[in-house]
Amino acid sequence: MTLVALPIFIPLLCGALSLLAWRSSLVQRLIGLVGTLALLVVSVMLLLAVREEGHIVMHMGSWQAPFGITLVADLLSAIMVLLTGMMAVAVAIYSLATTSESYERFGYFPLLHLLLAGVAGSFLTGDIFNLYVWFEVMLVASFALLILGGERSQMEGAIKYVTLNLLSSAIFLSAIGLLYGLVGTLNMADIAVKLAQAEHTGMVDVIAVMFMVAFGIKAGAFPLFFWLPASYHTPPVAVSALFAGLLTKVGVYALFRVFTLIFNHTPEFTHQLLLWGAAFTMLTGVLGAAAQFEFRRILSFHIISQIGYMLMGLALFTPLALIGGVFYITHHIIVKTNLFLVSGVAHRLLGSYDLKKLGGLYKERPFLAILFLIPALSLAGLPPLSGFFAKFIIIRAGIEAEAWVVTGVALLVGLLTLYSMIKIWAEAFWKAVPEGVSTERLTGREKDPQLVWMYLPIVLLAACTLLIGLYGQPVYELAEASAAQLMNPSGYIEAVLGTSVSGGAE
Amino acid sequence: MMKPGTLILYAAARFLMPLQLMFSVFLLLRGHDEPGGGFIAGLVAAGAFSLYLFAFGSELTRDLMRIDPRTLIGWGLLFGVISAFPALLQGQPFLTAQWWPIPLPGGVEFKLSTPLIFDIGVYLAVIGTVMTFVVALAESEQV
Repeated sequence: MTLVALPIFIPLLCGALSLLAWRSSLVQRLIGLVGTLALLVVSVMLLLAVREEGHIVMHMGSWQAPFGITLVADLLSAIMVLLTGMMAVAVAIYSLATTSESYERFGYFPLLHLLLAGVAGSFLTGDIFNLYVWFEVMLVASFALLILGGERSQMEGAIKYVTLNLLSSAIFLSAIGLLYGLVGTLNMADIAVKLAQAEHTGMVDVIAVMFMVAFGIKAGAFPLFFWLPASYHTPPVAVSALFAGLLTKVGVYALFRVFTLIFNHTPEFTHQLLLWGAAFTMLTGVLGAAAQFEFRRILSFHIISQIGYMLMGLALFTPLALIGGVFYITHHIIVKTNLFLVSGVAHRLLGSYDLKKLGGLYKERPFLAILFLIPALSLAGLPPLSGFFAKFIIIRAGIEAEAWVVTGVALLVGLLTLYSMIKIWAEAFWKAVPEGVSTERLTGREKDPQLVWMYLPIVLLAACTLLIGLYGQPVYELAEASAAQLMNPSGYIEAVLGTSVSGGAE
Repeated sequence: MMKPGTLILYAAARFLMPLQLMFSVFLLLRGHDEPGGGFIAGLVAAGAFSLYLFAFGSELTRDLMRIDPRTLIGWGLLFGVISAFPALLQGQPFLTAQWWPIPLPGGVEFKLSTPLIFDIGVYLAVIGTVMTFVVALAESEQV
């Protein structure tokens, strides 16, 4: 039972400790490593326990549901927390090489821990207002991380980021208010019960769409995704890797949670809307990427198009589609974080993210080239990598549901993704080093002992991608079990409310 | 920088600050069942330090506080997180309130408890946060 709260408390504790040690860079780094490793261990234990028991529930402060705040871990939550732990460790190792002293003085590590606490809290809470609070914790930390360094471009990106995210928070909060007015409870399981009994007026659909818009903005879905490509390429690369892996996926997770548990009564309206949103998200994201020529901007636009696939999995709302959605999230978080980490190495070696100023990486660093190809081709969906199976499941679900347009878009977008990845490959890795670019570091004349800390997480994550591709059965089974839980929310409701389902009709 | 040290501000600050600090502790301790608590008490205490800062400048205020405001935030967070753990020893969920009443002479009881520890954490974190802002603003003005 304790397990479900530890993924939140460990980062909080580490954040407080590293804030106390803000003068000592060594201690902060140590806490960063130990803390994220502890988070990873706890999240693995949580996943194992959840697989055993189905749901793990803790009523914080012993205030029983639906009155207190409940933490709930079902399989989806546990998978997400595990991925959070993995990315946290990867980024903490990577930060050893990339974090400068000035960032550390601005509180890089405490903010990192706070961000992780916010992300883990969002995944584990069973209370819709508490979800809002964790979103804010996460956003406050991400605002500060985004402007670390204080460059002009960062400020510009941060303003767009802050504005759209505040808008989203405002809509989210109003939607919570309206929902509370309707059912008089904030506990998500209790909301689901009350809403099923309540008379269905148009109001429910209005609230559902408000949640869709609010979480859609956070997830980077069409049409309000502009903040994402405007800001993700500006902060230090370790930060953008963490953002790319986790932040939008919190929005996706919230959509999965809310639209399977609470708003599952009128799928012909809400999920149809989501489906069109998914199609446009995929298309605009991939087309936006085709027009870009900056390493991290291309990757940022691809986050958007990939979000489309996950939403498609949710919107089709069949068991197979949900399996695909969960599988896709798992694959995407690992791959996308890894691609950002690779872009950081390229920047380290050649001093730029601009594809025009990159080149020659394949000739001088073939190992790095392979490490890039694994996640890049996985993102495009080539077998036998993880992305192939993720896309395969989703597209198969689309065909089975006879959603031809969206399925066609998904196939086309896969092709265009390959185009973008090949563009990066051809420019950054294949072509010769452009004139006027210093190759001191690239050819290794200038030794860089810290580079190993950058390679280590990339190798580990690439290994995960390969493993999921070649030996995907366990992941598929996990996704299958979690989809079964999502399709049948009564298990979740019973786990949270316990006996009070039968006991109190009030 | 504002014009330092008009006589009235000097005298008032020196007189008011201890009163405000005492009042903040009063608010902190009374907060569990009655209006008050860590947040509002922290604001009152931060107000006291800010007043001192307006009168005597940021350097003297730093000397007076002894601890860097940023460190205070850390301690505050730490107290808050720690207060979640004692419940575990009893096998109860996180943050479940634990009460250890200590009888004092004269029939009064001092209710030591995890909510109090949590409140102290909030108190410190609020003072730390507000003072970090105020000191940074005052010092950026001096440059």
